[in-house]
Amino acid sequence: MKDIPAVEFPVATAGEQAAFQQPSDRSPSARRRLSHVKERVIEALLLLAAFSSVAITLGIVGILVYESSTFFAHVSLREFLTDPLWTPLFSPPRFGILPLITGTLVTTAVALAVALPIGTVVAIYLSEFAPQTIREIIKPALELLSAVPTVVYGYFALQFMSPVLQKLLPSLPTFNMLSAGMVMGIMIIPYVSSLSEDAMRAVPMSLREGAYALGANRIITSVRVVYPAALSGVIASYILAISRAIGETMIVAIAAGMQPNLTLDPREPAATITAFIVQVSLGDLPHGSIGYQSIFAAGVTLFLMTLVFNILGYILRKRFREVY
Amino acid sequence: MSEFKRIIAKRKRQDLIFNVVGIICTLVGILTLGILLVDLVIDGLPRLNLGFLTSFPSRFAERAGILSSWVGTLLIMIVTACTAVPLGVAAGIYLEEYARKNWFTNLIEINIANLAGVPSIIYGLMALGLLVYQFRLGTSVLTGGLTLAFLILPIVIVATREALRTIPQGIREGAYALGSTKWQVVRHHLLPYSIGGTMTGVIIALSRAIGETAPLITIGALTFIAFLPPPPLSTQPPFVSFDWLWSPFSVLPIQMFNWVSRPDQAFVLNAAGAGLVLIVITLSLNAAAILIRYRVRKRIKW
Repeated sequence: MKDIPAVEFPVATAGEQAAFQQPSDRSPSARRRLSHVKERVIEALLLLAAFSSVAITLGIVGILVYESSTFFAHVSLREFLTDPLWTPLFSPPRFGILPLITGTLVTTAVALAVALPIGTVVAIYLSEFAPQTIREIIKPALELLSAVPTVVYGYFALQFMSPVLQKLLPSLPTFNMLSAGMVMGIMIIPYVSSLSEDAMRAVPMSLREGAYALGANRIITSVRVVYPAALSGVIASYILAISRAIGETMIVAIAAGMQPNLTLDPREPAATITAFIVQVSLGDLPHGSIGYQSIFAAGVTLFLMTLVFNILGYILRKRFREVY
Repeated sequence: MSEFKRIIAKRKRQDLIFNVVGIICTLVGILTLGILLVDLVIDGLPRLNLGFLTSFPSRFAERAGILSSWVGTLLIMIVTACTAVPLGVAAGIYLEEYARKNWFTNLIEINIANLAGVPSIIYGLMALGLLVYQFRLGTSVLTGGLTLAFLILPIVIVATREALRTIPQGIREGAYALGSTKWQVVRHHLLPYSIGGTMTGVIIALSRAIGETAPLITIGALTFIAFLPPPPLSTQPPFVSFDWLWSPFSVLPIQMFNWVSRPDQAFVLNAAGAGLVLIVITLSLNAAAILIRYRVRKRIKW
């Protein structure tokens, strides 16, 4: 914002002020007082609206803690974290969250293996190589990828990606984490490419010119100068992609199977935390039953996982921030 | 000299190679989107006819339709828009125009940034515990609409703030100089000038809400429903009724999910039909948003 030069305003003399403030009737001052009250009421209402977002967070944390506290009164934290079986609706029920965590981590890892390299290359290409006209067409087109409803991606993973992969790996079952993770990875490409590209384009031209002056070509300039200079923004995009992948529900619920499975092999079917919540919610669960409470315990785990990554991202962003 | 030329040729080759790699990686995304669309059209288009749009779900795949689910989606979106837009725009105005720089404003800003990263299914759990059981709203259109409104609130707030930020400071100062109060500045200048940017954000947010499935499944939305909510308008006084807010519901993505997870291939084709309707709605909303953004940028010259 430009600085506004100081202007000397003419000041009314005491006599002029007195003449101005002597109204023939009281109504303007009363009106002014009324409008003052109106302004304060409006400001209070707007503040209340802004505070609603805090209320939502409080609601989320409150409900998760409240509902899962009854769960953890039944199940010890030790059992929750170390038991290798998750069968809360069977008898006898077992409450080990590990199989759901591995399912979530494996599908996330597959998605990131697709999205991070491709997204980063696309970002470098769009920011440093592509002509402007191409960039202006490609960028919104890629962003449409994240506009497609996830249930449609689930259909695509199950009906298209799985059969294609089965041709390459004949032993692959219909439901598997590989195809779900790959489709999820393609879905989150624009999160990586768009944000990273914005960060790279914000790098000052003089840095590139310095590299060119030293004899570097475009790709070396991109990888050695622009990418490190934009690292703070690039990491932010990676973290967003990780959060999306961990919390993604419908693709894995449709294509990765619903059976908790303690494995690190992406070719196997397995349920994620989110898929379990969907599966339980589809059935008719009485309020207050242990099955009902177990989805909140799973939800707390999911919430904490994304929270850890968000805090990690915040720390990394601060650590790598470059100021020009 | 020849050594020098060799190095230059090598570096040019490196650039060329990366250019090709970059184009290939970009195409992976674009082509996938294309294949997905073609796949949906091939499977789903034959199912798309008037009967499909005006029939209830059925045990028989050929007779099943999406009537109750598209009506559900429409009603939910009305509730969501009527809640999230006023709330989000008001919050955006407060944070951009009114808020002082203090710890409380900071708290709200950090909070909004974090809310945007919370998985959508967590909103569903919150709505299940809070709206369905604590507030006893049940699994109704109202609960579903509010759940999605919470979900898109951060998007609407951020879009409003960005639109307000593009308005030059001089506009505000000019209005104040003529004796406007703060609210008059907002009401007569900032809101009209920022409407384009805000609308873009709102449309994108709503298109995201239309595709959301997980939070609505979590609050217990039905997967099979063979009746419509009571109509909002009637011929008898009082003519307007809000009973539909309390009705159970299903939505398009849930209907699609229900069909896609059946082993019978005929139902999978129904899923493709529902998916086609869904993707046409979301993509055209996004296209509308891009168009509005483009026209607003072109029209406004400060």
